[in-house]
Amino acid sequence: MSQTRSSHLATFDRRAFFQRFGLVFSFLLLMIVLSALSERFLTPSNLMNVLRQATINGIVSVGMTIVILTGGIDLSVGSVLALSVTVGASLMKQGQPVAWAVGVALGTGTLLGVVNGLMITRAKIPPFIATLGMLTVARGLTLLYTQGQPITGLPAEFRWIGTGVVAGIPMPVILSLAVFALGWIFLTRTKYGAQIYLLGDNPTAARLAGVPTDRMTVLVYAISGFCAALAGLVLVARLDSAQPIIGQGYEFNAIAAVVVGGTSFSGGEGGLAGTLLGALLIETLNNGLNLLNVSPLWEQVVKGVVIALALLLYKVFSPPSK
Amino acid sequence: MTEIAIPRLKLEHIYKSFPGVQAVSDVSLNVYGHQILALVGENGAGKSTLMNIVNGVVPLDSGKIYLDGQLVSIPSPRRALELGITMIHQELALIPELTVGQNIFLGREPRRWGIGVDWKRLYAQAQRELDRLGIEVSAQATIADLSIAQRQLVEIAKALSYNARLIALDEPTSSLTSRETDTLFRLVRSLREEGVALIYISHRLEEVFELADRIAVMRDGHLVAVGNASEFTPAEVVRLMVGRELAEFFPKVPAKRGEPVLKAVNLKAGREVRGVSLELHRGEIVGLAGLVGSGRTNVARLLFGADRLEGGEIWFEGRQVHLRSPQDAIRLGIGLVPEDRKAQGLFAGQSVRYNAGAGLIQRLSRWGFIRFQAVNRIVRELVERLRVRTPHLNQKVRNLSGGNQQKVIIARWLGLNPRVLILDEPTRGVDVGAKAEIHALMSELAAQGMAILMISSELPEILGVSDRILVMREGRIVAELSREEATQDRIMQAATGQL
Ligand SMILES: Nc1ncnc2c1ncn2[C@@H]1O[C@H](COP(=O)(O)OP(=O)(O)OP(=O)(O)O)[C@@H](O)[C@H]1O
Ligand SMILES: [Mg+2]
Repeated sequence: MSQTRSSHLATFDRRAFFQRFGLVFSFLLLMIVLSALSERFLTPSNLMNVLRQATINGIVSVGMTIVILTGGIDLSVGSVLALSVTVGASLMKQGQPVAWAVGVALGTGTLLGVVNGLMITRAKIPPFIATLGMLTVARGLTLLYTQGQPITGLPAEFRWIGTGVVAGIPMPVILSLAVFALGWIFLTRTKYGAQIYLLGDNPTAARLAGVPTDRMTVLVYAISGFCAALAGLVLVARLDSAQPIIGQGYEFNAIAAVVVGGTSFSGGEGGLAGTLLGALLIETLNNGLNLLNVSPLWEQVVKGVVIALALLLYKVFSPPSK
Repeated sequence: MTEIAIPRLKLEHIYKSFPGVQAVSDVSLNVYGHQILALVGENGAGKSTLMNIVNGVVPLDSGKIYLDGQLVSIPSPRRALELGITMIHQELALIPELTVGQNIFLGREPRRWGIGVDWKRLYAQAQRELDRLGIEVSAQATIADLSIAQRQLVEIAKALSYNARLIALDEPTSSLTSRETDTLFRLVRSLREEGVALIYISHRLEEVFELADRIAVMRDGHLVAVGNASEFTPAEVVRLMVGRELAEFFPKVPAKRGEPVLKAVNLKAGREVRGVSLELHRGEIVGLAGLVGSGRTNVARLLFGADRLEGGEIWFEGRQVHLRSPQDAIRLGIGLVPEDRKAQGLFAGQSVRYNAGAGLIQRLSRWGFIRFQAVNRIVRELVERLRVRTPHLNQKVRNLSGGNQQKVIIARWLGLNPRVLILDEPTRGVDVGAKAEIHALMSELAAQGMAILMISSELPEILGVSDRILVMREGRIVAELSREEATQDRIMQAATGQL
């Protein structure tokens, strides 16, 4: 500023470069490898398939990113998703208006998120434990509520969310891109987004800088619950079936997308651009393993290794903690 | 010192750059045993970086390091320790959850039969070390319970316990009061007698001239002067540091005392605050002096709603207020620059924009959307005014030098233009030029009607800036002195209870 001593001095910042483009390169590399290994990979229909598959996890990951940016974690997304959609689906089966049922489903997800947030801020339960509790409770409630039976045969107008196509683009893709865009604007353009980064970076300093830390914490878990419910609605609309075990293990894929996307577990660093790429990368990997007929058992191992590698790389390139 | 002595440390053509910054440029320097070398320079001149290189914390780009005439490479702090080099870092590096003893012997705990840690011996040794240095801290105390100054002293004890041959002290006194500073000076001098080579970084020139045998001045990464302390005058050193004649120190404008804004009545909280009453008026700068641990910081935090009040009342502009959080205080127009910039002030991973604009971002928004143009304009103005060295506003604040980080936090509050501003050790680690600028700004803001409460352990700062001085001791205000009455001696007498 007053003394920009060395704008002429172009030192190559390996770390910043890696953090910005490393993920893009890994993604491209994976694409190249997969196209070489399988001729079916690079076909438009397969790529569209990858995209469609990625949408569900993508939407969940948006909420997860926002939570992890505050230094928290939401393990309950899969169960919250299940309870929200079964409630919504059963309302539709009872002949209630679709808009109302969708609203109730989204509201349920948000409310469960608020409960998560209150457990963390009021009862001071660590996020990991609080949301683990919610994972169990919400799944249990889903099973009780559905009596273990799937709900199928939903109205066509509702199923359009999952199966419709506008201007050649599937609705799920449009929806999830919209969620990413809104999330991105929220995080980078609004004061709430800024407060989330400050809170995640240093909670003590955030409080002293006037950030309403408790309220922001409740908000991020509410957003995560909302995103989970929305993702669930898209999924149910596509499958025309709300199974009580729907969404099981989704927290893993969402956390993986966020972490591979470069958002730091300690909070305050990262964002949705990375998560978008992370979600695509994970889905591409899934797809590739399918195409290559890798056994589902090995799939888990490969995915785990890829995530561990990503974490390792970020550690190597992240600033030394003094 | 003998004339033909081989330097303990010899640096030859050291270079180090960070993205966008040439931090150290062609530095060649000798440091001798039995000597104290003071290293001075503006914020961001490269002092800490140079010491970090010598301590293996930061790798150098090019250059040679000789220790006692031998070419060495120092790839890690561990290697530095093995070579007998140690450093007291500018930012405290103790682990808050552990005890003093555990911190001192971290990674080299005395073992019993080579296995389990011998705790008894560890604490006995640690206590002996502390006692020897005259540091009044229990080896069993947890770091988190200690004041910043006490932590600083523990850090010093830890560095000294390695029996190093070369010790670098990076602004060790920035959070110490004069009494603790005296303790430290005694220590440093006795180490010199033992033959240790010492490098002493400080922005307090009085200290430099009191302590140093030789002085080295850095500017913009270069070593611009080095010589015996007797060859320099303070004014010369300042000129060498800033590379120009520093504008005359701003004369203090006596304030026109306006109506009262903030009034505290009989505040109580724990053992630290035992009934404090004070009143701040518009247009007035009040200095709050006292020893470390006298409760000054606690009072500041109570007035800002950061801690719970156990008794007493706070009145703001004639109304009694109940501050449940800093947010409440900020809404009323009260600001606090906290004592510990790293733990309580900085968002290390965020940009200069978000750090300096942390409050503005929240205030200057329309329907929740940040008005970036307005934020940028104000932040840029403050960054220029306070001479924060940063390549751009997107620079992460952890990449700034210590003094520049402090300026960023001060900028955060100045930008909000509060009605009452509380500053807890505001110029810690800030260079002379920027310090004068901050004092001038404080005067200016007071003249515009702000009420300012400043805590400082630096008596010259208290005396130079305040219109009125309150002295605390053991949780109470024990003296109130007008600008005219106040002297260093009177303040110290009140603070130590020898009134
Ligand atoms: N890790 C880093 N990444 C980028 N720039 C850095 C990094 N560390 C230091 N710098 C820059 O190098 C320059 C020298 O910093 P240094 O910390 O050595 O200054 P200093 O002389 O110790 O200042 P102060 O008196 O404020 O402590 C500064 O401009 C700083 O912003
Ligand atoms: Mg420094």
